[in-house]
Order: sequence, then structure tokens, then C-alpha cells
Amino acid sequence: MNFTGFVDIVVALMLVAAMALMLVRLFIGPTLYDRVLAVNAFGTKIVLFLAVFSLAVGQADSIDIALLYALINFVATIAILKFFSYRSLDVALFDSEPRAARKDGEGE
Amino acid sequence: MMDWMFWLGVAQALASAAFMLTGAGLVLAGAIGVIRLPDFYTRMHAAGVTDTLGAELVIMGLIIQSGFTLVSVKLAILGLIVFLTSPTSTHAVANAAYRSGLKPLLRRWRSDETREEAQ
Repeated sequence: MNFTGFVDIVVALMLVAAMALMLVRLFIGPTLYDRVLAVNAFGTKIVLFLAVFSLAVGQADSIDIALLYALINFVATIAILKFFSYRSLDVALFDSEPRAARKDGEGE
Repeated sequence: MMDWMFWLGVAQALASAAFMLTGAGLVLAGAIGVIRLPDFYTRMHAAGVTDTLGAELVIMGLIIQSGFTLVSVKLAILGLIVFLTSPTSTHAVANAAYRSGLKPLLRRWRSDETREEAQ
């Protein structure tokens, strides 16, 4: 094994250790937001691990999976927070009714 | 000519190893901080250290290691996505926690609610 492959293996093992610590915080987290934070950081570490792993084994196809995981991780975090804030995903984040129909008469 | 190419490869490997080991050390320090810090907001600070500098240094080391190929372009796009989305999601978690009424744990400058809870 050459030097670069050795560095890749060491970095991958450090990322696995960090992921194990994130799992500990995910299971013992006192509040919901600790768990959401742990899931988000765990997803970031999985993205990094996939990128390092794909270069360590010499096949670069896993980087596409890492890209997909990064996008899904962000959307999932926002969706979890929105669901636990409003108890529904079917809530508009802006005021959709027209301004003339408001009761307070502001606008225009 | 051959000697020049050899030392260029050595410099590439050393720079890649320095970037990746520094980034992985920051990721590990952030994970230890998430375990050991006492409050949600301080844990969020440790996770933010992981998301910004640790991830970007690891991806930069992988870009240096992979050279000038399609793989490095994909890694650059991955780094851009992580750079844009992880502070946004950290801010969203903090905003949701603060608006739901989770109080920060302060030692000297307590708010009124936490002072009543502490005594």
C-alpha cells in the first residue's frame, strides 16, 4: 500500500469514529433538536466518508452517491424541522391569500 | 525531467495528506465536542466547526489527491453543496430550537427563566 492509500484509510477510520460519537449523541440526546443536529452532522460525515472511500478503493462512482446524499440530507433536515414545528408538512411558509382580502386593511 | 515529475508527485501526496488529516482531526474534535459540551447551543457550535472547516479541508485534500480529472470536478461540486447547505441547516436547527422555547444555559448572564430554574 502506498502513502496516499494509507492516508485515505486513516482518514476513513477517523470519520467512522466521529460517526460513532454522533450515534451516541443521537441516542442519548435529551431534546429533539439534539437528535436533529446529530442526524445532520452524521449525514455530513457519511458524505465525507463516501468521498474518501471512493478514492481509497479506486472507483470514483461513489462520489455521485455522495452528491445525492448531500442534497437529500439538507432537504430531510428542513423537512423534519418543519414537521415538528407545524405538526404537518402541508403548511405554506408565506402568506398565500391576496392582500385585499386581509382583515386589517393594510397593504395597497 | 523524471526527477521533476517525481518530486511533484511527492509534493501532491504530502499536501493532500496534510489537508485530509487536518480536516479529519477537526471533524473528530467536533464530534468529541458534540458529545461533551453541556448545552444544545454549544453542541451546535461544535457541529458547525465540523461542517465548515473540517468537511472543506477533507474535500480539498481529495481534490489535490485526484488531480485534474472529472473526479475533482465532482468533488468541487460536492464541496460547494456542503459549503452552502450545512450552515443553512445549522441555522435552521438553531432557529427552530430557539423559537420552540429552548433556553440557552448561561453561567453569569442568565436570562430570567433560567435563573428561576437554577435556584
